[in-house]
Amino acid sequence: MNIEMISRDELAQLQLERLQSALFRAYRNVSFYRKQFDASGFVPEDMQALDELVNLSFTSRADICAGYPYDMLAVPLREVVRLQNSTWTAGSPAVCAYTQNDMRHWVELVSRYLAAAGVNRDDVVQIFFSGSGLNSSLGFHSGAEKIGAAVIPISVEGANDQLAVMQDFKTTVVCGTASDALQLAEVVSKRGMDRRRLSLRVGIFGREPWSEENRKFIEESLGIVALDHYSVSEFGGPGIAGECDCKCGLHIAEDHFIAEVIDPQTGKVLPDGTEGELVLTTLTREALPLIRYRTRDITTLTRDVCSCGRTFARMNRVKNRNDGLVIAQGKRFYPQQIAAILTNVQGAKPLFQIVIERINGVERVEIIAELTSELSADSPGKIMTIENRMSEQIRENAGIEVHIRLVEKQTIIRILVDEDVVCDKR
Amino acid sequence: MLKLSSVTTSYGSTVALRGVSLHVNPGEIVALVGANGAGKTTILNTISGITPASKGTVTFENREIRRWGADRIVRLGLCQVPEGRQLFSDMSVKDNLLLGALSLGMKRRKYQKDDLDKIYGMFPILNERGSQRAGTLSGGEQQMLAIGRALMGRPRLLLLDEPSMGLAPRVMQEIFSCIRSFRDTGLTVLLVEQNARMALRIADRGYVLETGSIIMDGTAEELMENKEVQRAYLGKGYREVWE
Repeated sequence: MNIEMISRDELAQLQLERLQSALFRAYRNVSFYRKQFDASGFVPEDMQALDELVNLSFTSRADICAGYPYDMLAVPLREVVRLQNSTWTAGSPAVCAYTQNDMRHWVELVSRYLAAAGVNRDDVVQIFFSGSGLNSSLGFHSGAEKIGAAVIPISVEGANDQLAVMQDFKTTVVCGTASDALQLAEVVSKRGMDRRRLSLRVGIFGREPWSEENRKFIEESLGIVALDHYSVSEFGGPGIAGECDCKCGLHIAEDHFIAEVIDPQTGKVLPDGTEGELVLTTLTREALPLIRYRTRDITTLTRDVCSCGRTFARMNRVKNRNDGLVIAQGKRFYPQQIAAILTNVQGAKPLFQIVIERINGVERVEIIAELTSELSADSPGKIMTIENRMSEQIRENAGIEVHIRLVEKQTIIRILVDEDVVCDKR
Repeated sequence: MLKLSSVTTSYGSTVALRGVSLHVNPGEIVALVGANGAGKTTILNTISGITPASKGTVTFENREIRRWGADRIVRLGLCQVPEGRQLFSDMSVKDNLLLGALSLGMKRRKYQKDDLDKIYGMFPILNERGSQRAGTLSGGEQQMLAIGRALMGRPRLLLLDEPSMGLAPRVMQEIFSCIRSFRDTGLTVLLVEQNARMALRIADRGYVLETGSIIMDGTAEELMENKEVQRAYLGKGYREVWE
């Protein structure tokens, strides 16, 4: 039986079985969950039906960070075979640990998703995640190899080199970030390159939000079908959900995860089709079980059968997050990080705005900040020194290249909500 | 085919199963492994109606059977081979086998002869000893007889409780390869075993039971790979890569 076409009834039974044992293991082996369950008087055998999951508390990124590096593990370290670090750049780090079985499941899920995207053993798959996409790369490499495709791991930065490899090796499938794809598309369309020199047919992109216009542009410039996948770095990257070629939502691997959508303010579960924050529970993870993890990603769910025949729930493509995390140039950072650096350099917190644009496929991050001291625009030497120091520190701290523009006081309108400091023009 | 959802079973005030959920698909061999007293046999007895569940649902082919009596359940094609064989030792081998067909009612006349031949074909030794008293058989032969008796009831799902118990390794091999061969005939098997290695070697999937709760499920391969299962149930025969 193909698990992806399992009936909803059978799936519910499978999820219940796995949820019960996952809760049992989490309670027994992870002190965080033991405390959390004890505090609410919950014992794992109380979980009699799937809809009782809503009674459990959420797990947040802060909880994972507080347990960094080893406190959230449900197995002894000697059973762990991989420790994947995630998002060092976004302030506090988190780690995703895998046992041998976790690795097996992960690879299987990624390969299943690649197969849904149309990848087969005759394909030549070129995988390039620039920036901090190592975990995604690892997942796609193993997944594509499991299918039997020829995999080209590649670390060259820059679209021209990528294109050269694509031509030489007759690459048929590319996996990468959406901005990498846009850059490629930009170069190809600008160069007026004959698309027939490329053998590409499928592109799998993700790790950052990209629009339908972006998709259209990529598909037309490169002559491919471009599909989205969903990853959560705390879960180790890809393999959670991805689009099949119907492009009508991302199929969630519901045999390994339970997905809910909640109202981010009240925490109440929302009915299918209503927009809210995605919450995921791992069902099979041995090393790092996560119960009701708040992803901060905003989406909607649907459980209708897709025209491809898969019965797993689908989520809409994620357009934004509700915790202010910014993803640019393949890196992740919070505006608060930037604020801390600006404050540090100038000695007082300035009003500032982060402007993100995509120019010729390249993401440009500009930070416009007010001067806090009595410096005025007519001491350009000093200002330039401050600007340089700021961009240097941001590069070291968050890994992104920024252009700093200091402006005189009272140039920026006071912004009331912190999240509005980001102006995303992509 | 068979589905248990959040089943709780108690012996008086002692809770033996705490919200157990599991399923068996048609044609599968599913193993239940766990230590002594984990509740493995209780699961089988709960399914077959001997110790009915107090909570939860037990569904067999879309029929809720939790409150059904054992006699009614066996007629659905759920036959149990109990732990320790439980043969009628003063009766002959053949009579023991014929007893197994009782649950078929009037239909048994139609099938009895063919089924008997089939079982003799599978275990020729039972034919040789047909008229001998069951109590005089060796342990392995008794196990074959117990399985044969259950098969006489034309089961669709066979519940096997500790078939390896007290058997010499060679006989055990024989019994297990026989169970494996059931799958080719379309018979579905739920196998309870303390000998986790043997069970997982022939099973498609398995569940690990601990103090009345299922703590893990997976393909046989995955369970063998799990360190906790290795430590607790696979014992000394297990070797690490570097050993």
